[in-house]
Amino acid sequence: MHDPRTSPAFLRGMTRSRSVSRRDVFRLTGLSAAGLALSACGVQGQQKAAPKPSEVADFWAGKKKNGKVVFANWPEYMPEDRGPLKKFEQETGITVEYLEVIEENASFFGKAEPQLRAGQPLGYDIIVMTNGTQFAKMQALGYLVALDHKQLPNFAANAGAKYKNPAYDPNNTYSIPYTSGMTGIAYNTKYVKDPIKSIQALFDPKYKGKVGMMADSQEIANYGLLALGVAPEQSTRADWDKAAAMLQKQREDGIVRKYYDQDYIDAVSKGDVWLTMGWSGDVFQRQLAGEPVAFVVPEEGGTIWTDNMMIPKGAANPVDALMLMDYLYKPEIAAELTEYIQYVTPVPAVKDLLSTKAAGLKGEDKEALEAMIESPLIFPTEADYAKLHTYVTPSTPAEQEAFESMFQAVTQG
Amino acid sequence: MRKVRAAAAPYLLALPAWIWFAIFFVVPIAAMASVSLTTGNLLEGFQQTFSFSNYAKAVGQYHTQLIRSLIYGGIATLIMLVLAYPMAYWIAFKGGRRKSMYLFLLLLPFFVSFVLRTISWGFLLADDGILFGPLKSAGLLPGDFHVLATDVAVIGGLVYNFLPFMVLPIYVALERVDPRVVEAAYDLYASRWAAFRKVVLPLSLPGVFAGVLMTFVPATADPVNARILGGTGNTMIGNIIQTEYLTNNDYPTASALSFTLMAVLLVGIFVYARSLGTENVLEAAAR
Repeated sequence: MHDPRTSPAFLRGMTRSRSVSRRDVFRLTGLSAAGLALSACGVQGQQKAAPKPSEVADFWAGKKKNGKVVFANWPEYMPEDRGPLKKFEQETGITVEYLEVIEENASFFGKAEPQLRAGQPLGYDIIVMTNGTQFAKMQALGYLVALDHKQLPNFAANAGAKYKNPAYDPNNTYSIPYTSGMTGIAYNTKYVKDPIKSIQALFDPKYKGKVGMMADSQEIANYGLLALGVAPEQSTRADWDKAAAMLQKQREDGIVRKYYDQDYIDAVSKGDVWLTMGWSGDVFQRQLAGEPVAFVVPEEGGTIWTDNMMIPKGAANPVDALMLMDYLYKPEIAAELTEYIQYVTPVPAVKDLLSTKAAGLKGEDKEALEAMIESPLIFPTEADYAKLHTYVTPSTPAEQEAFESMFQAVTQG
Repeated sequence: MRKVRAAAAPYLLALPAWIWFAIFFVVPIAAMASVSLTTGNLLEGFQQTFSFSNYAKAVGQYHTQLIRSLIYGGIATLIMLVLAYPMAYWIAFKGGRRKSMYLFLLLLPFFVSFVLRTISWGFLLADDGILFGPLKSAGLLPGDFHVLATDVAVIGGLVYNFLPFMVLPIYVALERVDPRVVEAAYDLYASRWAAFRKVVLPLSLPGVFAGVLMTFVPATADPVNARILGGTGNTMIGNIIQTEYLTNNDYPTASALSFTLMAVLLVGIFVYARSLGTENVLEAAAR
């Protein structure tokens, strides 16, 4: 396994989301130029209802394979040798252009939105977004192509029941999962001697100034709610108030050092923070690189999220995109992906495949693979799933705004 | 006819610049002004309602971060001035034949991307990193000492990242000071200090003005240093505008904040120009 710190993809991931911030200032002016015509009468809302089956059929009728597909994904989400993509190219003759351009849902959406609104193609055939605010906006604004499930036989045959028909995208109308992961607590074992069990550790004055929290409103809201014993998916506005107040107090008491994006993993492995909210797969990748980090889903519960593949409106090669999306649901391909990315696969058959592989290995490789197969964080049991919650989903734009401003007041004060 | 053409030539030659200015400044600014007065949200659309209350709301909600940014930008600019003036002075008067090499050395780190340089500071200043780790294990620093995630780190980052933009204009101004003028001052029995204060310093003020302009404005609006080197309570207005625009897709608030920042900076610059005794701000900036 490579060292993630020196991986170019990782460094890109580290840098791009921030370098974006400067470019976006220009983007803002660019957008405004395009928006001048619109601004006279205001920017039109584009809210869309779910598509009718006949519309979906009409869209896909006559669409053909073009021999090319552009796949925009997150860093560290594909083996270095691009094995699965190479096999796909050999089997189908389709050329894959693989880009690691998505580091954050919000900034990705923020950049894509003006283009999609103007009806311009993004230049990507497949994009990957987490179930959350921005994905919901993509659906509501009609920026996604409804999938033709007749062309997704591997998904139908191999996806686990939990990954079909999710609440955030009923009937998988627009998306199929790429991988899932958990938000839990990552901690540095050099500094934290007692294993962390409870979410209350993040609020413990003992770790004053050594706690990291996530800057993302949905992530941090979930942890505030779970600490209060409220299930995020059932939370009400009154619960949000209490959670925000609790998080504000945590900040005012000087317990939080910083609200992190993806850079938390560096901070915790260097020891700038001792414990922090974190994502499972990141921590395993660091463990494999020999760094003193551990990951736990607190006993009060954690968050499970899913990164989903989808086709943005205006994609040039939708049929090729469907073929690739479906190809990643072949168990042997899904196994290859899981072994590298260390997150939860939507294909249950992967577990048996990896067990068979482990039986044929020896020594350390065998141990590592077996540890992975037994890990509840990569192959969660029903009991593990019961502890995992999904994000808060505010129902109206006004609720959404209230939710964001409540938690941004904490993270951006 | 020829005369007319000759008279029109400078204007025609300036035409590309005017077109550039119109497309990339006037149009976006007008559009942004217009967006800043709309109400609505992304899903339902934004309607032009000439809602000036957007400004009151934005400033009311984010005045803490706005004031913080001005303070950070101001402190960083002062530190830069103190660091840059002697540096520029030394290169201009004592640099000799190696002047251009010193200038090149000054700029050398800036061949690396802005963000990467800032991240590198994150590595250098890590709590147990290569700088503080050994000092802590030697007992020279208390265990919980840290620079990252404090305002010191953010201001330090701003100073580091914008310093050349202060040095270069001051250098250019000092470089133009005729040594014979200084000699003349000595001939008239000026002490070294008096020669500096009465001759060199006033002649270099346009450079100082340009330097302050080129550092205070971007440093105040910068979101990168606060994001990478800051902690809780170090959020700057640039970060807020970014969040409003990208995360919340609240284009009116983002635009209103951008305009407010611009207005505050312009007022600040004019006040500064007046207090520096520069009669005409634009002329001074052009020098």
